[in-house]
This record gives sequence, C-alpha cells and structure tokens, in this order.
Amino acid sequence: MSPRERETDEISGVETTGHEWDGIKELDNPLPRWWLWVFWASILAAVIYWVLMPAWPGLHGYTPGLLHYSDRVKVVHDLDALKAQRGAEGAKLTNASLEQIESDPDLQAYALAVGQSVFGDNCATCHGVGGTGGKGYANLRDDVWLWGGTLEDIQHTITVGVRSGDPDARMSQMPAFGRDEMLQPAQVDDLTEYVVALSNRKANPAAVQRAGPLFADNCAACHGPAGQGNPAVGAPSLTDDDWLYGEDRQAIHDQIWNGRGGVMPAWGHRFSPETIKALAVYIHANAGGQ
Amino acid sequence: MTIVIDRTRSPEPKEPHGPVSVAEKYRAKKEDNGHLYKARVPIYPKRVTGLWRRIKWAVLIATLAVYYITPWLRWERPGNLPDQAVLVDFAGRRFYFFWIQLWPQEVYFITGLLVMAALALFLTSALFGRLWCGYACPQTVWTDLFMQVERWFEGDRNARMKLDAAPMSFNKVWRKIGKHAVWLGIAFGTGGAWIFYFDDAPHLIRNFWIGQAQVTSYVSCALLTFTTYTFAGTMREQVCTYMCPWPRIQGAMLDEHSLQVTYRYDRGEPRAPHKKGQSWEGRGDCVDCNQCVVVCPMGIDIRNGPQLECINCGLCIDACDEIMLKVGRPKGLIAFDSVEAVTLRAKKQPAIYKYVRPRTIYYAVALAAVSSVMLWGLMHRSLVDLHVLRDRNPTFVRLHDGAIRDGYTLKIGNRSFQDESFTVGIEGLPAVLKTPGEASTKGLLTVIVPANEVRAVRVFATAPKAALTAPNIPVTFTIRGGGHVAAAKTIFLSGRANQ
Repeated sequence: MSPRERETDEISGVETTGHEWDGIKELDNPLPRWWLWVFWASILAAVIYWVLMPAWPGLHGYTPGLLHYSDRVKVVHDLDALKAQRGAEGAKLTNASLEQIESDPDLQAYALAVGQSVFGDNCATCHGVGGTGGKGYANLRDDVWLWGGTLEDIQHTITVGVRSGDPDARMSQMPAFGRDEMLQPAQVDDLTEYVVALSNRKANPAAVQRAGPLFADNCAACHGPAGQGNPAVGAPSLTDDDWLYGEDRQAIHDQIWNGRGGVMPAWGHRFSPETIKALAVYIHANAGGQ
Repeated sequence: MTIVIDRTRSPEPKEPHGPVSVAEKYRAKKEDNGHLYKARVPIYPKRVTGLWRRIKWAVLIATLAVYYITPWLRWERPGNLPDQAVLVDFAGRRFYFFWIQLWPQEVYFITGLLVMAALALFLTSALFGRLWCGYACPQTVWTDLFMQVERWFEGDRNARMKLDAAPMSFNKVWRKIGKHAVWLGIAFGTGGAWIFYFDDAPHLIRNFWIGQAQVTSYVSCALLTFTTYTFAGTMREQVCTYMCPWPRIQGAMLDEHSLQVTYRYDRGEPRAPHKKGQSWEGRGDCVDCNQCVVVCPMGIDIRNGPQLECINCGLCIDACDEIMLKVGRPKGLIAFDSVEAVTLRAKKQPAIYKYVRPRTIYYAVALAAVSSVMLWGLMHRSLVDLHVLRDRNPTFVRLHDGAIRDGYTLKIGNRSFQDESFTVGIEGLPAVLKTPGEASTKGLLTVIVPANEVRAVRVFATAPKAALTAPNIPVTFTIRGGGHVAAAKTIFLSGRANQ
C-alpha cells in the first residue's frame, strides 16, 4: 500500500481515499445516511445509559447511576413477591387436612407441584426421580409400605425419618443373625429356604420343615407368625412380590446374615410443615394411595 | 390479459457505458432531491356524484358501523363467561363469536376463514376486478372518510390546490389544524374501537379513561391511531401502490374476460375537445375534459388502460357519465367492461362476455369445497377433548401381588358452557382405574370438569398379572358424560420382557 493523492474517479465522479493496493483504489463514498444516524443514536443511548445505570468501575466501587438499579436488590424484591404470592396458597396448606388437600382439585394440583419440586431436590437422590427406589431404598410408587402408606403415616415418616437419630424416629433393628453368630450357618440356610417358601416359590421341603421353629422363635415377633409383616415396627411382609434387598436366595440369605436397615433423615428439621404436607400428598397421590 | 404500466421505472435506459456503479445510481437519485425514494406527486381528487359514489358511501357507512358497533353487542353466556358477543380473550385464551367459542387448538377454523376470504377475493377479482380494493378495503374506506373531512375544511380540488399554493395565513392555518385535528380524532376513535374487541367493552372504556387499563390497550390504541392517521391522511394511494402486495398478486387472477373499470377506446377514440353544435362524425366520444383524471383518488388516467394503481372504485365512471349527459352522448364511455369485449368491438365484432370460465369454475369450486368443509367441521366438532399422557418415569410399577400399575395424565377439555361429569373408562385391558384423592377404587371413575375449562387428572390403571400377555398392550381411554363421548389411544406397559 502506498499513500497517493486523492483523485476523482472518472466514471462515478466520487473521490478516492488516496490509498492503493496493488493497483486497486477505493472510492470514498459517503456512509449511508441511515447508518450514520443509527451510529450517532447509539452513542447517545450509551451516554444516557451511563447516567442512568451502573456503568463505570472506580477504585472504591462503581458509579451507581441515577436510577440506582441493582440486580441483587431486584432479586430480593422478586423473592419477597414470590413469598407473598405463595403465602396465600401456603396458608391453605396450613389449615387444610391432608385428606382435604388431596381431594380438592386446586389444592391437590398446588401440593403436587410443590411436592414434585421438593422431591426432585431432596428425595430423588435415594428414591429416584420417578420414586421407584432401588436396592435398599424403598419404592414409593408401589402399594407396599414398610411404615404404613396412609397420608398421615407418610407425613410422619418424612417428619421423623428412619433410624435418623431423631428421638421420635421410625426405629427398628433386624438382628444380624449370621454375622453376630446368633444362628448357625446351616440354620440361616434353612431359614432362607423357609422365606422362599413363604412367597409361594419352590423350596427344599426338608429345610423348610427344620426352619419352622426357628422362624417362630426368631422372626415371627416382628414379621408375624405367617410372615405377613407389621408396618408398626417397619417389618416387611415376606409373602409378597416386593423385596427391598432382592428376591433371590442369595439376597435373602445376605439379609438374614447381616440384618441390614437403611437410614432416612428427619426432614422435619429442614422443611416447613406445609412443605411436608405437600410432599406427603405428592408421594401418596403418585403411589395410587392407601 | 392485464397490461401493467409501471411508472416507477424510467422509460429508457441511459446511454450505456459499461456496468453501473453504486455511486452512479446515488448520483442519479440526486436529481430527485437526493432522496432514495420518489417524491410523492400530490393528488387532489375532485368531488363526484353518481351511482358508484353512492354505493361507495353505502359500503363505507355499513363497514364502519360494523366495526364500531360490534364490540358493544351483548350475548348472554352462563356463569362467569363474558357476555360480549365478539371477544378475542387473549388472557383467557378464548375466542367468542356469538354462539361459537373457539379454543387456541381450534385455530384452524380461523385459518379456514382466511382461506375462504382469499378464495372469495380470487373469485370476485376474476369476475369483477378489484372490488375489494375500491369499496371494502379499510384503506379505501378510511381514506374516503379522511378525504371527505379534508373537503369540509379546505374545499374541493381547486380550492385545496389554491390553499396549498397560498402563503401562510390565518385562514390556511385554522383549516389545516382543523383538518388534522379531526383526522386525529377519527384515528383515535379507530384505534380506540379496536381494543374493545379484546376486552369487555363497557369495563374497558371506563378503565381506559381513568388510566386503569392494561398497557397493551394504550399501546394498541396509540399504534392504530398512528397508522390510521398516516395511512388514510398522508400516505393514501402510496399504501396501495407501494406497500400492498395485492396489486401485484391480482395480475394472476385477472384475465381478458374480467370485468373492470375500463375506458372503451373503441368508442372514445380519437379523442378531442368538442364545441357545442359540432358534428360527432369521424371522431370519438371522449371530449378530453380530463374529469376522469381529476376525480381519481389514485391520480391515474384510466384511458391508459388497466393499470397497477387502479383500485376499481368506479368514480371515473360517475365523472364521465355526467359529462356524457351534458354533451348529449350515451353514458358508459367508461364502464365496468372486459378487455376482450372492448377489443372485439374495436374490430367491429359483437362483444362476448364469459363469466363461466375454467378460472372462475376453479375458484368457485375451491371456495365451495373449503366452505362446506369448514361448515361441516363447525357443526360436527366435539365439545369435549381427551388427551392422554403416559408416565415416563416410572414406566410401570409392580405391586405386591404381581399386578402392574401404569400411571397416566388425562387432560379433559370441556368446551361446553356447563360443568360436565365424565365417566372414565379403559378398553383393551381388564384394568381397574383410580385417581388420587378418590376414596374408593370400586365402581366407575368420575371426573367433574367445569364449564369452558381443561382439567388434568392423574389416573392409575392397575391390571392383574393374568391379563398381561404382551410387553405393550394397546388400550383406549374413553370419557362419557352429558351426551359427549371422546376417546384417546395409548399403550399399557406390562413390564413383561419381549420374547
């Protein structure tokens, strides 16, 4: 590029910029007028923005602008407004009984929305997003409830937790019959066959025969003489298709040997009673209710 | 055949000297005051009386009356539903038209209406030219009204031309201010009436004046005030010629048999001024009085043939007929006529008019077909909707006895004006239905849906182990109640593996 004199182009009658690149010269056409106006308007808008809104950083903060706008203040306002808005529906949750909440279409819809959000944030970690649980974590969608499946039962379980350390916690402890050498390994084997037989599956008849008295002495106190379970002490039924720790012989044997039991926190310390109500309705409604 | 004379193009290309540069174009525009657009040639249409003018007034009064009165018509509806006969309720997502109410998902009725309107426009254009443009288009109606106001304040053509050319004076100022004030008043009335279609009119008119109406009301009103004022007051024929696509589209609708405002050159030519008592022998009927040009709201000369700008309003017919009466010649030198007929008469052959042509048959058949489909659809539309969403997580739940339960969300829409109680059933599987909050699983599941609302209901279908024969079992949910029946297909996932 070499600087040259500005000259007037023969064809267009417009001056060139006076620059030349390998013989190519550039016409100095005026900017489109609309473009120029937009350009000046943008600069003006920027100056107005500086005056009105937070703009320039300084050594000790920034220029706040005449409007004193702040995202932080806005968030606080929005949160207050949200709380006020939820206050009305929340008050309904406070006063209504669980049954009323579930049977009123509007309240139910509100409780389900709150419940879904709270469940996803807090409960889904163990029980799964769909609430179907997993090995050692109760399935909340089926019709089997360790600690009872009525609305009040669910509300209480959420509030106090299971083996949570809370003084009112749902508490039960299945002995580790094998690990703590309360029963002989052969007796644990026989009991495994007995439990398999309880749920109408094929089992070794001799082992079942031998395990009868063992079951009555060691298991029936909690699981009941017929193995039907007892929600009052969190003892599951051994006669149905639902198995918290697995349904095959190995899983059943492991459970008798180790006596495992899960822990659920007491959410009463963290959630408001209204939130727990909503959560109870959400769980109850999505399980088809009991 | 349509002859379109495009006046925006320069008649002859200038002396060619290679490619034309941008700068050259820019310089060429400089001749036009340096503006990128062609300056408007002011038009001063003269007042005219006659048959077509009277029809134009009648259509103007009728269409304006419909526009202004419609939002104030009341129509009793039960419960909390609005009592406005025609209401577009955006907030409530409903469209009310007398006894009909449409939901957003039925917007195809509006689409159908627009298709019908387009086809009707095609048919009338093919038969009678741009009747819509000349008589019923809002641009024409409001421009006509604004021109009338202009005449009240500034007088007719000659007075207005004189006034515009005159230097500033008190007389000129008060006439101009008065005209613009009334224009703005009408424009505000137009924008003001528009918003009543979207909210309860009696409430809105009070809230509007005390500043309690929604921002959208004020913005819409201001926007329409502005567009009415500029379109009908200052832009007028430019809207039709430059902004509206219809003049371009109409070229495809018209043909040589279409009736349109036509100068019968077979009768008019050769044109020349005529003095009283002169012979009419060897000359045409056109006395070159220029009346057809001065009355034209588009500022064109109809004697140049059919052209892009012509809106087919027929005011030149009235103007010409008046002159023909004066000079003692038959009326109809300018008339609704076809290119074909005029061409034939020019060749001394009898004129032929063809209304039934393939084109008009196509348009008429299409219009009839769409209209009947729409009418049938409107008469047979169900007032009840059922949509079923199957739960994705969990897909199914196994119960203690091995039965399987699937969860669904049923969305039941009740478009009738009364609360309905629906019985929900399932077909294809012996499943028991239950909804949360229902005390009993026995008997039929009933759901009450309030009038004009959609209710989402969670429904659990539980099927016994023995009934589960395949991984996916097709099922149909049905709802019945108040004489309405609706069904929706879905599948039941049984938890059985594919074999």
